[in-house]
Amino acid sequence: MTTTDSELTPKTPKLGEEILSVTGLVKHFPIRKGVLQRQVGAVQAVDGLTFNVTRGETLSLVGESGCGKTTTGRLLTRLETPTDGKIVFEGRDISHLGEGRMRPLRRDVQMIFQDPYGSLNPRHTVGKIVGAPFRLQHVKTEHGVKKAVQELLELVGLSPEHYNRYPHEFSGGQRQRIGIARTLALRPKLIVADEPVSALDVSIQAQVVNLLEDLQEEFDLTYVMIAHDLSVVRHVSDRVAVMYLGKIVELADRVDLYEKPMHPYTVALLSAVPVPDTKRKKKQERIRLQGDVPSPINPPPACRFHTRCWKAQDICKSVEPPLVELAPGHQTACHFPENQPTDTPAATADQPKS
Amino acid sequence: MTDSEDLIRPQDSVQRVERGEAFLDVRDLRVHFPTDDGVVKSVDGISFQLERGKTLGIVGESGSGKSVTSLSIMGLHPPGVARISGQIFLDGQDLVTSSREEVRLLRGKRMAMIFQDPLSAMHPFYTVGHQIIEAYRVHNQVSKQVARKHAIEMLDRVGIPQPDRRVDAYPHQFSGGMRQRAMIAMALSCDPDLLIADEPTTALDVTVQAQILDLIRDLQREFNSAVIIITHDLGVVAELADDIQVMYAGRAAEYGTAEEIFDEPQHPYTWGLLGSMPRIDRERSERLIPIMGAPPSLINVPTGCAFNPRCNYAHLNGGASETERPELLDTGNGHKVACHLSPKNRQQAWETDIKPKL
Repeated sequence: MTTTDSELTPKTPKLGEEILSVTGLVKHFPIRKGVLQRQVGAVQAVDGLTFNVTRGETLSLVGESGCGKTTTGRLLTRLETPTDGKIVFEGRDISHLGEGRMRPLRRDVQMIFQDPYGSLNPRHTVGKIVGAPFRLQHVKTEHGVKKAVQELLELVGLSPEHYNRYPHEFSGGQRQRIGIARTLALRPKLIVADEPVSALDVSIQAQVVNLLEDLQEEFDLTYVMIAHDLSVVRHVSDRVAVMYLGKIVELADRVDLYEKPMHPYTVALLSAVPVPDTKRKKKQERIRLQGDVPSPINPPPACRFHTRCWKAQDICKSVEPPLVELAPGHQTACHFPENQPTDTPAATADQPKS
Repeated sequence: MTDSEDLIRPQDSVQRVERGEAFLDVRDLRVHFPTDDGVVKSVDGISFQLERGKTLGIVGESGSGKSVTSLSIMGLHPPGVARISGQIFLDGQDLVTSSREEVRLLRGKRMAMIFQDPLSAMHPFYTVGHQIIEAYRVHNQVSKQVARKHAIEMLDRVGIPQPDRRVDAYPHQFSGGMRQRAMIAMALSCDPDLLIADEPTTALDVTVQAQILDLIRDLQREFNSAVIIITHDLGVVAELADDIQVMYAGRAAEYGTAEEIFDEPQHPYTWGLLGSMPRIDRERSERLIPIMGAPPSLINVPTGCAFNPRCNYAHLNGGASETERPELLDTGNGHKVACHLSPKNRQQAWETDIKPKL
C-alpha cells in the first residue's frame, strides 16, 4: 500500500535478527528550584538500561508505577532525548537525532498509547486521524488516502463506514482500534505499545490482545510492550524485562521468567498477582513486600531493592549487583538470586497446573 | 413484561434467607436516571442477601451497574437525580424509604465505603487525621484528644509508617497506596457493620494491591463485618469473596458461591469473562477467547436477554433470547443463573466448548 517499504528493505533485519539495541540508556529529569532555576536534583527515571530487541519478537517491560517503563518507551520512540546512552535502530544510532532527521524514521517506529480517550483528537474525524500519518510523511498511496484508511479500519476490525465519524461516537475498545489503525498506517517495523489494554474492560481487552497478535503475525511486527498486568504480559510476550526504580532487575525468556524467576522482586511480583482460583486462597504462599517503592529522586544506594527485600544483606547496601546472565538468556541483577540453575526450582506460584 | 415480573418476583427474590433475616437484604433494587436521551437503567432489578462476616463480590464490566448499586446502599445518589425503587434492608431498616438524615446517621458506624480513587475521595484541604477524627467524633462522644489517639491507632493498624507524624499530613503528601490505606483507616474508624469496597485496588500496583487485600481480610475477621467488594478483576474476588454476583447491563447474570462461579460457571457471559482473561496460574493458552461486540448502552438495552447479541448460544433457545427476559432462577443449592439455555444444552456447551479451553 505504501511506497516506503521498498526503499528501506535492504537495511531491514531478518526475523530473529537484532532490530533495536539499547546500551546504558539513562534519563534524568532535572528538578529546578528558586529564582535562578538552579538544578537541585534529578528524577532518575531511567538509569542505565541495556537490552536488545530482535525482529518479530515481543519484549515486555513490566514493573510498578514509577519504575521508568513509560519513560523507556518514550525514549525508544524518541519522544524524549536520553541523558546518556545509546539507542541503535537498524544499525543507526538514533539517540541524539534531531527532530528533522528523526522524522523519516517515525515511519518505522510507532507508538500505541494507553488512554484511548486522550490520544485521539476529538475534533478530527476518524478518517483524518488515521490518515494523518500519510499526510505528515507525504506518502502517496495507490488509490488515495481515503481508500488506504478504509483498508486500515477493516484491518483492525472496524467498518470502512466509520471514516466520517468522530471519536466520541466510539467505545473505549473501538477507540483503541482507531489508535492501532493510525499506528499501522505506514507499516512500522517497531511498535512501542504503552499499556495498550489496561484501560479496557476484560472482554474487550481480550479482543485487542488477539488483534495485536494477529497483526504481528501478518506484518512481522516487533513489539516493545509496556504493561503492569503480569497475566497479560505472560500471554503476549516472548521475553520480559522486569524493571525496578529505573533499572532492569531481570530479563528473561517468558517461560523462564514465570517458571523460574531469579530476582526476589520478580518472585514477589508474581506471588502478588491475584489468581482467579478459589482453591489457591487457602494456600497463602504470598510474599508480602513491605512499604512502597522508594522515590526515584533519591533511590537507595547499591541494589535499589534492598530496602524491601527479605534476602537483603550488607553487601546489597554497598555493592550494586550487575545484570549478569546466570542461565542461558536469563539475566538477573541480584547478589542472592532465587532458582539458580543448580538449585531445584522452588515451588512458585506460577507453576502450571496439571 | 413488567406484569409478568411482578408475578414471578415473590418466589424469586428470597430463597436462602427468610424475610428480614439477612443483615443486608437487597430486593428488586432499581436505579434509573432520567436523561435527555432517555432513561438510563443502571440497575434494573437486583436482589441479594449478605450476612455479617461474609463477603459478597460483585463483578462486571464498566456500566454494568456495580457502582450504582453500592452508591444506592450508601444513599449517596444526589436527591432528584436517580429514581430508586425496591428495598434495601440493613439490619431490618429499609434504606430506600428512610430520610436522607436517617441514612446519613447510619453512614460511618453502620456502613462505610472505600472508594476507588482515594485522591478525589479525600478532602485535599484537611489533614488525613482531621478527616478521620471528624468521622469518629460524629458517632462517638469523645474529646478531640481521644479521637486523635484513635486516628493514630487506625493509621498504625492499616500499616502506615510513623502514624503519629503522618496523622498531620495532607492527602497529597501520601503515595497512592498510603492514601488508599488512609481511606481504609477512615472507613474502618467506627468499626462499620457493612463495608463496601468499590474497586479498592484498581489504581494500585500489584504488590500494594496484595497488601490492601490482606488488610481488608484481616479487618473483616477482626470486626466481623459484612463486606461487599466491587471489582472487574476476577482474581481479586476469588481471593476475597464467599459469594459472587456477576452483573451485566444492570441485572444479575449469575449468582453463586465463589467455588461455583469459578469451577462450574453457568452463564455464557461468565464463561466469556473467564475466557477473556489470561491466567497466570495455568498453562499459557495460544489465544484468548474474547466476548464479541461491546457492552450495550443502558438507554437501549437489547430486548429479551441483554446479553443475546454477544452470546454464542442465543440461537439454541428458539428465539426466547431475543424476546423474553430471563429471570434469575435457582439451579439448585442456591446457584442462580439468568439464562434461557436448557440444562442439557448448557451442560453440553460447558463440557465441550468452554471447559477444555479455560
